[in-house]
Amino acid sequence: MATTPGHGGGASYVPTLLQEAVNWAQKYSLFTYPFATACCAMEFMSTMGPKYDIARFGAEFPRFSARQADLLIIIGTINERQAPVLRRVYDQMPEPKWVMAFGVCASTGGFYQNYAVTPGADQIIPVDVYVPGCPPRPEQVLDGLMALMNRIQEHRGHSQQAIGNTANITIADRRRLPVLQDGTSMTLLPEERMPEGGRVR
Amino acid sequence: MAQRVLDVLQRERPAAIVEVGSYVGDEMAVVERDQLLDVMTLLRDHPELKMNMLSDVTCVDYLGQEPRFEVVYILYSIPHKHRVRVKVRIGEAPEDCWVPAVANLWYSANWGEREAWDMYGVRFEGHPDPRRILMYEEFVGHPLRKDYPQNARQPLIRRPDAPTTDDQTTRLAESSHDRRVS
Repeated sequence: MATTPGHGGGASYVPTLLQEAVNWAQKYSLFTYPFATACCAMEFMSTMGPKYDIARFGAEFPRFSARQADLLIIIGTINERQAPVLRRVYDQMPEPKWVMAFGVCASTGGFYQNYAVTPGADQIIPVDVYVPGCPPRPEQVLDGLMALMNRIQEHRGHSQQAIGNTANITIADRRRLPVLQDGTSMTLLPEERMPEGGRVR
Repeated sequence: MAQRVLDVLQRERPAAIVEVGSYVGDEMAVVERDQLLDVMTLLRDHPELKMNMLSDVTCVDYLGQEPRFEVVYILYSIPHKHRVRVKVRIGEAPEDCWVPAVANLWYSANWGEREAWDMYGVRFEGHPDPRRILMYEEFVGHPLRKDYPQNARQPLIRRPDAPTTDDQTTRLAESSHDRRVS
């Protein structure tokens, strides 16, 4: 069994097993909040639909309240004027939470290089998975979702806390954790990077 | 098609017309600024004209020319089915960069004039609600002016660890004269 980063060193076997079980449950029951601002939302509907069927991964239930969701999917262009709204939505989500940037506009600003558009949603909030494409194909979205599920299982989400040694962590301690946590969320492991010349299917 | 509109204008208000022209069926008239409201009222109410719909109010920035800005009104007459463009040429200096608002003649001018103010910094004197419409109140400058720096960003919010904004934004804030709509 692989130790999870951050708390694996001296942790006993049983809490680690519990952690893995919780991570397994969380990765198959993601409740999504689609922050849909632009045309990529059409492709998200296609991903939700029966042909590509995101329900196979347990993420088929969009909650249109951020307080009931744990996966924020940023679908479309984020403007500078809209950025505080996105930050507010993110802050209202309960932890642990994950963020997916859907399409190039949410990832980097895309071809908009002007006064109005934020160059990537990660300027505002941490992002776990970037899905490129203008818009991305549903297969790419499912690929990104599976990459995120692997991260959840490996306990590498940007807001995942150790529950192994909860005896010493009080609720007050958890509340004092900073809302914006960078952690490992901005970097990809070598095997997660797109290989040269694209990925062969 | 709309040549008769120009004919009526030149007959009724010869002193207000600077120039008329026609290009591939698009008729336009350049009007003196101090007679703009008079001409616009005539265009709206004259029985031969009846331009009862204002399609758009916008602005063109001819950077390097004098006068620099040109405010364009696109008018259409639903009863007579003719269309004409009315233009006003104004200068760049803050005390000269204004036109009288026509928002009290056509309701549709309200948001168009707010957009022209927001994007180009042309003041519309007498406008009932002279605020920005697309950008936020904290925004400095007018982004569609051709001398607005292309890389300047004015974020409302950033993560503490995000890269710092280009210093052009700072220079912009120092050089701008209109931080807010007064």
